Amino acid sequence: MTSKHTTQDARPAHSGSTGGHSTPSSDRLASIKDHYDLIVIGSGLAGMTAANVMGRNGRSVLLLESHSNYGGLATWFKRRGGHIFDVSLHGFPVGMKKTCRKYWSQEIADDIVPLDGVRFVNPQFNLETSFTRDDFTRILVEELGQELEQVESFYTHLRRMDFYDDSGQTVGELFEQFFPGRNDVHRLLMEPISYANGSTLDDPAITYGIVFSNFMSKGVYTFRGGTDQLIARMRRELVSNGVDLRNHVTVDRIRLEPGAEVWAAKGVEVGERFIAADAVLSNANLKSTILDMLDPAALKPEFLEEVRAVRLNNSSCQVYFGLRDGATLPFVGDLIFTSTRETFDSPSLCDMHGESRTFSFYYPKTRPGSERYTVVASTNARYEDWAELDQVSYEREKQRMIDETLACLEGLVPGISADIEHAEAATPRTFKFYTRHLGGSSFGTKFEGLRPSMELHEEVPGLYHAGSVGIIMSGWLGAANYGVIQASKIDSYLHARALSATPTT
Amino acid sequence: MNREEIIQAIKDIITTIAPDEDLSSLTEGERLRDQIELDSMDFLDIVMELRKRYGVQVPEDDYKELATLEGCANYLLPLMANATANA
Ligand SMILES: Cc1cc2nc3c(=O)[nH]c(=O)nc-3n(C[C@H](O)[C@H](O)[C@H](O)COP(=O)(O)OP(=O)(O)OC[C@H]3O[C@@H](n4cnc5c(N)ncnc54)[C@H](O)[C@@H]3O)c2cc1C
Repeated sequence: MTSKHTTQDARPAHSGSTGGHSTPSSDRLASIKDHYDLIVIGSGLAGMTAANVMGRNGRSVLLLESHSNYGGLATWFKRRGGHIFDVSLHGFPVGMKKTCRKYWSQEIADDIVPLDGVRFVNPQFNLETSFTRDDFTRILVEELGQELEQVESFYTHLRRMDFYDDSGQTVGELFEQFFPGRNDVHRLLMEPISYANGSTLDDPAITYGIVFSNFMSKGVYTFRGGTDQLIARMRRELVSNGVDLRNHVTVDRIRLEPGAEVWAAKGVEVGERFIAADAVLSNANLKSTILDMLDPAALKPEFLEEVRAVRLNNSSCQVYFGLRDGATLPFVGDLIFTSTRETFDSPSLCDMHGESRTFSFYYPKTRPGSERYTVVASTNARYEDWAELDQVSYEREKQRMIDETLACLEGLVPGISADIEHAEAATPRTFKFYTRHLGGSSFGTKFEGLRPSMELHEEVPGLYHAGSVGIIMSGWLGAANYGVIQASKIDSYLHARALSATPTT
Repeated sequence: MNREEIIQAIKDIITTIAPDEDLSSLTEGERLRDQIELDSMDFLDIVMELRKRYGVQVPEDDYKELATLEGCANYLLPLMANATANA
């Protein structure tokens, strides 16, 4: 199967379709070693980047991915008629360029290029932006009538926010403090970030401060060549750095070595097969890693309680439109934040019958050499809204979503419907099915997930987690960097372990 | 390694992390971050490279000791006295 989604997609796991997942066949593991320095569970950007850094450090690494594609949510799928759809290539901060240069290759970094046009279209404002700090200042002052001094002091405040000194303020309170009663300003400042990491006006202001400073400062960037190219190149890098990769392998359990004080990680179980490792890094969902893959006896009850209480982030819906071969689109922008809602609030961004969505337009420049155009519309979504629908209602809701999205797209590009050859929808059920994330979570967990993720190795020596958590460690850049942060800790652990194992005589 | 060699070793590492920066005019007493563009990920890379090249472990709590070249030399001297240059 070449495509990630089955036809008409979104069959929940219990329907019997395997759509990319498959039962681990022992021959997939036939040629691997019996022991590794590190086993990485999951090939999202955090898992892959950690594996690459560790491979380059000379460690023996095995990367196991349950799906056929590597990349996790950084993915794409193909459809008959030559359509290729990117799922999460809407854009990321410029920092991705440096991260790719340092932890992947110059060649990958060179293909990270800025988007040419970002727009907002809603009842409160209709404008284009370079998505730079200066341009946000211009918009806030010239278009939305804010005092320059106030805008500058807002930026200064964000820069000074200290991770270790969380005041308990929410994002909404932060906006009210600086721009009281100005819902339009709040919309401009919040909408892109809500789409980028699922955060809301009720989340801690500190998460906003960190993300705003990275994200809304130097433009929005994309990967020229498409997600498929990026992941193919990363895969080649991994292989050349000696990392063993296996897809179609689902890790069932993380095996621990019982000890008097703590239990340490000693490998993973895939069906009947045990593979030993000195360290294990899970890129699977934080909660499933801790609550489903470990022996709870290894964990302190308080830690388990803390993990159970971690809230997941929202999921997503997407509608994919593929234009027929030969059809073209005028340039209307790369990324358009649209809404027909009069005012902004967080919960409505997740509404099943939402009036707010982003459009990503992919022109031939996305994949140089191709002449094709696609459009992907995304909304945030709540898993609960979709989970219980019976099959008939589910199909009906998806069709309704496609129709409403198309009507909205017609408003941006009149006449486009005539050129659309392929249309399909993905829902929270689709995301859950393909990534194994609880609740189809698109952006990991809420803020409180950060601590247990970062401190897991203190509970279980040798076991680490990396992947989107805590709002700030999410998105392509956040996940990749978090992989490196954890790799550095793992490297240190392996180093210390080797030293203590060396005979002193 | 002596002081000078350690400072050179740090500069060599920074060159691989930030190839576009000019390191010739770095002063030893001033914070590295104030002289060239280094973020917290870059400091993590310096620590990883030190471990890889010279087998030196810098615990997370001590990262702050590496803020200046002078600090690096003071902190690393006892740890790297037995390391060989151009490892
Ligand atoms: C619709 C949508 C749009 C997005 N758009 C953007 C965007 O424009 N820009 C941006 O920066 N970010 C975007 N994101 C977010 C971004 O894609 C993610 O934050 C990031 O890719 C997550 O990476 P990760 O390392 O956390 O792992 P994930 O991508 O979550 O990958 C985890 C991997 O682990 C595998 N796995 C899980 N359990 C097991 C197991 N037991 N055994 C083996 N393998 C397992 C899964 O199959 C998966 O491949 C978007 C997300 C969504 C859903």
